[in-house]
Formats: sequence, C-alpha cells, structure tokens
Amino acid sequence: MELLVAIIIGVMTCCAVFLILRARTFAVMLGLTMLSYAVNLFIFASGGLKIGAGAVLHATEEYADPLPQALVLTAIVIGFAMTAFLVVLSIRARADLGNDHVDGKLPVAKNTRQGASS
Amino acid sequence: MIELLLIVLFPLIGSLVPVITAGWSRSYSALATALLPFAALALVLQLAPAVFSGETLFYKLPWVEALGLSLSFRLDGLSLLFVFLILGIGLLIILYARYYLSEKDSMARFYGFLMLFMTAMLGIVLSNNLLQLWVFWELTSISSFLLISFWWHRADARLGARMALMITGFGGLALLAGILLIGKVLGSFELDEVLSQAAVLQQHSLYPVILILVLLGAFTKSAQFPFHFWLPNAMSAPTPVSAYLHSATMVKAGIFLLARMYPLLAGSDLWFLMVTITGMTTLLVGAYLALFQHDLKGLLAYSTISHLGLITLLFGLGTDLAAVAAIFHIMNHAIFKASLFMAAGIIDHESGSRDMRKLNGLWQFMPVTATLAMVASASMAGVPLLNGFLSKEMFFAETLHQEVLGALSWLIPVLATVAATLSVAYSARFIHDVFFNGQPKGLPRTPHEPPRYMRVPVEVLVALCILVGLAPAYIVGDLLAVASSAVLAGPLPVYSLSIWHGVNLPLMMSVLALTLGIVLYFNRKHLFRFQAELPELNPLQFFDLKINALLGFSKKWHHSIESVALQRYLVWMFVIVAVLLIWPLQQMGQFSQHKVMQQPDTLMFAATFVATIAAIATVLCQRQRLLSLVMISIVGLVVTLIFVRFSAPDLALTQLSVEVVTIVLLMLALFFLPHKISRASNAGRLIRDGAIASICGVVIGSLSYALMLEPQQRISEFFLANSKTGGGGYNVVNVILVDFRGFDTLGEITVLGIAALGIFKLLTRLPLFRSSSDAQGRQWALDKHPMLLAVVSQALLPLALLVSVYIFFRGHNLPGGGFVAGLITAIAIILQYVAQGVDWVRERLTMDYHRLIAAGVLISTTTGAASWAFDRPFLTSWFDYFHLPLFGEIELASAIAFDLGVYLTVVGATLMILANLGKMTTEHRPVNREQS
Repeated sequence: MELLVAIIIGVMTCCAVFLILRARTFAVMLGLTMLSYAVNLFIFASGGLKIGAGAVLHATEEYADPLPQALVLTAIVIGFAMTAFLVVLSIRARADLGNDHVDGKLPVAKNTRQGASS
Repeated sequence: MIELLLIVLFPLIGSLVPVITAGWSRSYSALATALLPFAALALVLQLAPAVFSGETLFYKLPWVEALGLSLSFRLDGLSLLFVFLILGIGLLIILYARYYLSEKDSMARFYGFLMLFMTAMLGIVLSNNLLQLWVFWELTSISSFLLISFWWHRADARLGARMALMITGFGGLALLAGILLIGKVLGSFELDEVLSQAAVLQQHSLYPVILILVLLGAFTKSAQFPFHFWLPNAMSAPTPVSAYLHSATMVKAGIFLLARMYPLLAGSDLWFLMVTITGMTTLLVGAYLALFQHDLKGLLAYSTISHLGLITLLFGLGTDLAAVAAIFHIMNHAIFKASLFMAAGIIDHESGSRDMRKLNGLWQFMPVTATLAMVASASMAGVPLLNGFLSKEMFFAETLHQEVLGALSWLIPVLATVAATLSVAYSARFIHDVFFNGQPKGLPRTPHEPPRYMRVPVEVLVALCILVGLAPAYIVGDLLAVASSAVLAGPLPVYSLSIWHGVNLPLMMSVLALTLGIVLYFNRKHLFRFQAELPELNPLQFFDLKINALLGFSKKWHHSIESVALQRYLVWMFVIVAVLLIWPLQQMGQFSQHKVMQQPDTLMFAATFVATIAAIATVLCQRQRLLSLVMISIVGLVVTLIFVRFSAPDLALTQLSVEVVTIVLLMLALFFLPHKISRASNAGRLIRDGAIASICGVVIGSLSYALMLEPQQRISEFFLANSKTGGGGYNVVNVILVDFRGFDTLGEITVLGIAALGIFKLLTRLPLFRSSSDAQGRQWALDKHPMLLAVVSQALLPLALLVSVYIFFRGHNLPGGGFVAGLITAIAIILQYVAQGVDWVRERLTMDYHRLIAAGVLISTTTGAASWAFDRPFLTSWFDYFHLPLFGEIELASAIAFDLGVYLTVVGATLMILANLGKMTTEHRPVNREQS
C-alpha cells in the first residue's frame, strides 16, 4: 500500500514539475494544481495509512492520525485560493501584456532559446 | 514609573497632531504641536527632583525575556541633561519653524517628521535596553533622512539626505553588531546590568572588536573624521532642522553613546588611542575647513564637527575631570550653536542669501539679530564671561595633565591651542564678514529684522549663554553634577565652576588663542590663497564616485545571475531542492525495516494505474487545453478516493468540492487565455526538463515512502485524548481546526479573504481579449443557458443548501464543518450562475461578497476575542449541554460560532473569485467603485 501511494506521489510530482517548467501560464497553473495534490497527499501520508479508522471518537476501534488531516484540510482550501489568484494574475498579465508567456514577453527568436540552465 | 514611557509616547502621538490640525491657521497648528512636548517637559520637571537627589528611575515592560527584549527605560543625570536639551530646544525650534517655513512648505509634514525625530531622540537617551536604544538610534537616522530631504524637489537635498542615511545607517549596523556582541559576552542587554561589568568585558578577547564596532556607530553619527563629510552636505535641510538635528541633538547622539558606554568601555589604552586621535583630528580638520566656507551654514557645520571632535577628545582623555568638561561642553555647544544656526536662518530668510561673499554690513539692517549672533559666536570662540569660555578653559586644563603619550604629551595642549586659534578666526569671520566689512553685494532683497517671535528662540538661547557664562554654578551646576556622576558611575572629582581661576596656564592659552585668532583672521588672504592652490577634493563627488563604482560592481554580478527568465530560476530551484533532499534520504533509509507494510489490494493497484495514466496524459495533452483539464480532474478524483480509502472523510469531502470549483475556475481561465498554442520548447529543453522532473519525482516519492515506514513519535495522542473533554467534539479533525489550532484557521481564512480581494482588484478595469470562436474555429454555442440545466439546478439549489447546513452542524461530531459546508453552498450558487446567467442571479441574490468575507473574518475574530471577557487566552472555546423539549440533548459550543465565520468567509471568497471572473464578459464586471 505504502509503496503504491509513494509511487502516485512521485508520478504526480514529476508531472507537476515538468508542467511548471513550461513557458505558458496555463501549463504552469496545471502544474501547480497537480503539485498541490501531490503535496497534500504527501502530508496526509506522512501520518500513516489506516483503513477503516476515521478520526471520529468512539466510531471505530482505532483512529487515524487527525493532525495531518487537519493540516491538509486547510491546505486544500488555501491551495484553491492561491491557484485562483495565479489564474487571475495570468489572465490579467495576458490582457495587459498581450501574451501568455511566463516572462510576460515572447522570446525574440525561438532557435536562441536553448541550453538555458547552464 | 510609567511617566518615563509617557515622555517618549507624547511626542510620538504628537507627530499626528500637526497632520490633524493641518487645516487650522499656521499659528494654532504650531501651538497645538507644541502642547504634547510641553506636557512631556512638565513630566520631566516633575521627575527631576528625584534625579537631582541621586536616584535613577526605571520603567520596565517585559516582552521576550529569553531574547533580552523588553521595553525598558531609565532616567539618570545624563538622560536628564539630554531630555532637557531635546525638549527645550525642540520647543524653541517649533516656534522658530512656524516663521521660517513659507506658505508653500507643508507645515504638517515638517512638524510630523520633527516630532518623530524628537521621539526617537528621547528614546535613545531614555533607553535602559541596548537593543531598544538601537531601534531608536535607527529611527533617528530615518527621521533625519526625511527631514534633510524635506525640500525633496532639490537635488542637493536628496543627495545630502541619502548620504547622511548611508553613513549613519552603516554606523548603525556596526553598532548593532557591537551591541549583540556585548549581549553575548555579558549575557544581558539591560544597561543597569551591563554597565557595572566593565572589568569582565575589557578582559574578554572580543573587547577590541566590540569597542571598534560601537565607536564606528558613535563616530558616524557624530560626524567624526573620516566620516565627517555627511554633515556639511546635510545643510541642504531647512535651517530649523540644522539647528535642531545637526547642532543640538542628533549629532550629539554619538557623543551620548560615548558618555553612556563610558563606564563600560573606557579606561583601556585602545580606547584612549582611538577616541583621542579621532577627536583631535576631527577638532583640527573641522576648525581648519570651517575657515574657508563661504556658506554661512557650511561654516557652522564644520565648526560643529570641530566642537564634536573636542568633546570626543575629552572623553578619550579618560580622566574624570575631562569627562566633566565633556558634559559641560555638550550643553554649552548645544546652546550657542543652536542659536547661531537660527541666526543664520534669519539672515538667509530676510536677505535671501547665505553666501558670506555677498553678505556684508548687515548690522545697519538688523542690529538686534546681529547683536545676538555676535554674542553667540563670541561664545563659540571662547570669549570670557560666556559659557563657551568656561568649558574651553576646562578643556585646556585637561590637555595639560596628559602623560600617556610620554615625551610627546606636550603636543596635545599645543594642538588644542591651534584648534582654538582657528575657531577664534572663523568666529571672527562670521561676525566681521556678515555684519560689517562694507555693504551687501547683490542680495536678492533688502535685509530687515525678522518677525518678532522668530527672534524669541535666539534670544532665549543667547540669554542662557550669558547667564551660564556669568553664574555657571547657579544655572547648571546641579545638572552638570548629576549628569557627570551618571557618566563616571562613581564619586565626582573636585572641580570649580567659577569664572576666574587666577592667572594660570589655561588662561594664557585662551589669551594666546584669542590674539592669534584675530591676527589670523585679518591676514586670512594668504591662507585663502594657499588653500586655493590645493587640489579641491569634493567629498560629495568622491562619495558619488565610490557609490557608483559599488553599484556598477553589483550590477555586473547581478546580471551574471539574473536573466529575467522564470523558467531558468525554477530549474535552479528544483535542482537545488532535489540535491539537498538526497542526503537526508540516505539517512532515513537506515531504519526502514522497523514498520510492517500493508498488503496492497486490487483497488489500490487500479487507483495507481489510473492516477499515473491521467497525470501523464495531462502533460501530454497540455496543448489541447480542455483535454488536459479533463485529465487533471481525474487525478484530483483519484486523490479524493485515496482520502476516502485511508480514513479521511473530511479531506475527501473538501477535496471533492474544491475539485469542482477548481475545474470551474480553470474552465473560465481557458476562455480568457489564448486558444491556439504553438509549440514553445525544443527537444533539448524537453529532455532537460524531463530529467529534472523525474529526479524530483523520484526524490519526493522516496521521501514519502521513507516517512511512512519510519516509526514515529506522534503528538496526535494528545488531540485524541483531549478532543472531547477539552473541545467538546467527537470529530477530532474539526476540533483541531476550530479549537486546538484555531489561531491557524483564523489566519488561513484571513489569507483566503485577502486572496479574494486581490483577485477582485486584479479583475477591475481588465482589458478583455474576447475571441468569437474556439481553437478549432467553431462559434460559441448560442444557447447560453440550456433549459435542462436551468431546471435541474434550480431544483437542486434548496437541496444543496439544506445539505450544506446539515454538513455544517454535524461537523463538530461527524465529518463535515465550515470549510466543506461553505464550499457546497458556493458550488450551489455557482451552478445558478452557470445555468441561469448573471442577470438572473443578480435579481435574486443581492449579497455583497466583500461584506460576506468581512463578516466571516469578523465573527471568527470576535469569537476568539470574546474569551478575553472571561479572562481566558484568545480563542479559548466554551461548550455546554442543554436539554430542550422535543429535540432532546443539544450541545452549544463557541466553536460553532467560529466555524460560522469560516463558513461565511469560504462562501464569500469562493463566490467573489468565480462569480466575478464569470461576470467579466457581462456588463456587471468589476469596476473601481470610486470611478464608476
């Protein structure tokens, strides 16, 4: 079980990072949304995985760790607010700057944009 | 002694008075401004008898004791002397500035800054805590920056202000380092604990470092050589500022620091060498350069530098009598120099010039001002029967008693006489050039006496010069005694404040200096010619050159790192994160065998498969944007199901509802973003990004795996045990949110509200890109609001609202709560917007989302604050059980009210974001209210 959850987290992180590294704002939004899934799942999983053991007293024999759940619950809502802010920011950027590139301007010539990291 | 706090607080409140009274007549506004400093002065006078009897008064308000942070004030003799100077001269300056400032200048701004500065200065001299002293120290730098640049439309004012800020700011940082080291060595920042430990500190190996750092702070502030050049350039400030900051108070802050730290730091050879040499150099350089200034204020500025050097030199000599002389000269200098600056301001104000080459023979136009200025400059020159003479005599006497330099000790009195000669010469120039020496040349207007009350402050100060000069023991004897004993922290030496000590060596030195000074002045042509031949070193240009070189250097560095490309920064960030995580991962692997893994089942395999496929598909479809949206929502749903599977119903509910609003949001975003996307990245870049992404994925996945297997110490037992008894709820997750970690939740809904408001602001006046068709060139559907959806959604609305109420109330004991309920309500209303259109909803729902958010945050905060009424800490929750007929046992808890605030904020924020974005294409889109 643990391994499968870890794999899901890994795959989601990988895809999210790849999307965040794209040049268009929409891909970055998708990437951030996916990254917040991964992070929420990560925090949740750090409390351990329990089946059939909610964090409601007297409902079950055993209880899941309530603290990561509480942390993730607010994180989900805040994550939405932040994504929304980013979305509107990029809409505004597109409207004011006329393009949806993350740097606010389109690269001058496409064949010059290579090996940027070194 | 709460009064000590009030003395500092009054001027701080007073900085608002001129702003409030800006609409009044100028005289009334000035009067109102003077009221609070006057009240502070009255408080000081009331406390003064205790200080004169030898007491030191304290007031302490502990804050973070562990870090040595507290609000801690003290009033001893030294503080008292400075408080008198700051408040007394400050009040005179308020009166003076009323007439000095023209109609065009903003009096409110000037007085506001001035009072802020007064607060900062009072804070320095009254602080008993070194860190607190430093905060006020920096505040003087900032407020003086604002005051020097008061006429900000002038380039020289801006440059002078910047230079002063940079030099004193640099010194301030050095001082902070010194203070922190003192705290580290002595274990306290409280002056009353620190000052008595001189022996411990001076034995410590860090003592030289501490001394140099503290002295850097003091010397930059007091314009000591080689940091003196900022002071003449600060003369571009209005003259009341120069009179107050640059003669009487701020430049004296450095001197004050020397006096304050005297018991702790003085006494070593290092102190003697550094302070004496700096003081002597400053004394001579200042006096020499003062002679060549053509600007009236320039002359006074260099003279101030010279006198500050003199005081520093006296502290450096290290004998008890020298310290007494230093204190005495602090007050004398403040009195005569402030009056001289004000006189110079009057001359400038009434004749339109400060250039001594143009100003001649003003005696005939303004005899009264001339007499006052002449008395004050005679005091500056050290003419007998005036206050300047007395402290200068003490200074001479002290220079004669030095033996530390061995066979070279005779140099000190000789150099002191040379400096005194120069000071006589420049004082003579101030008197003779300005008031006699022929007729004025080319002044912009005919000079005349100033308004009556503008002269009053000068008269008061000059009267003090004469009174102190004639009867020093009666006027300032007590003040000098308590101030000196505070500095010396021990018995006072024997000294006499009489004006006649018989014919002795100091008197001969004075006579020599006076005679030579007059001779020098009348032969100044030769000296001026000599000076003119020297290459001119303009400190301003030099400073600019250095600053530009520094800027150029950092720009070069900056450009080599900064490329204004977000993607490149992100690559660096992800690579660094991944690399930094690899090492701890190796450590974690070691105990991975301690926990038993659960057997995976088919369901989980299926989930992993679907999530992986959907996530990868999102990446692959990213240029077919709608499709990628569908894919990412599948990933979100799998996450929701994982929450369901592993016993987190609260999370599943929240994730599911957020999923809905997120997808609606992204759909809306799609409409406003370009529909046709060309391929942006080449193959090399894709491979690079793919590699980085894979490394990040592997590292994070492994980290998560290692975390799950690691045996953990949990704090959750506490929450499980106390949820019912302490928070009154069975649903531990909800109780954590509204009770245990309620403060976090309050913070989070506040952030939510702020984000929503930010979005609203971003959407106002947004120029729209509206395409008439989608990426494939198809027209948008004409049927905006399909009948079927409209009917179903309308029917769903009451049901959804009912569910959200139910979810809200059961939240305390079963999965649910404010967050989920708020999201469900928001979704139900959003569905109406989608199905029926903005106009339809507007007619029926007249809710203002701004108010909703405000109400939510307010309710939660008020619930938290209500526990104060019962003498409990913020956000303490309360609950009890009641029996109602028909309903049976019900629970009432304050947490419900808190959760209601959460609910309202979530509804308001979500609707504000989505509804406003949706309204963009209609006539109801957000506009600035003040403009619409």
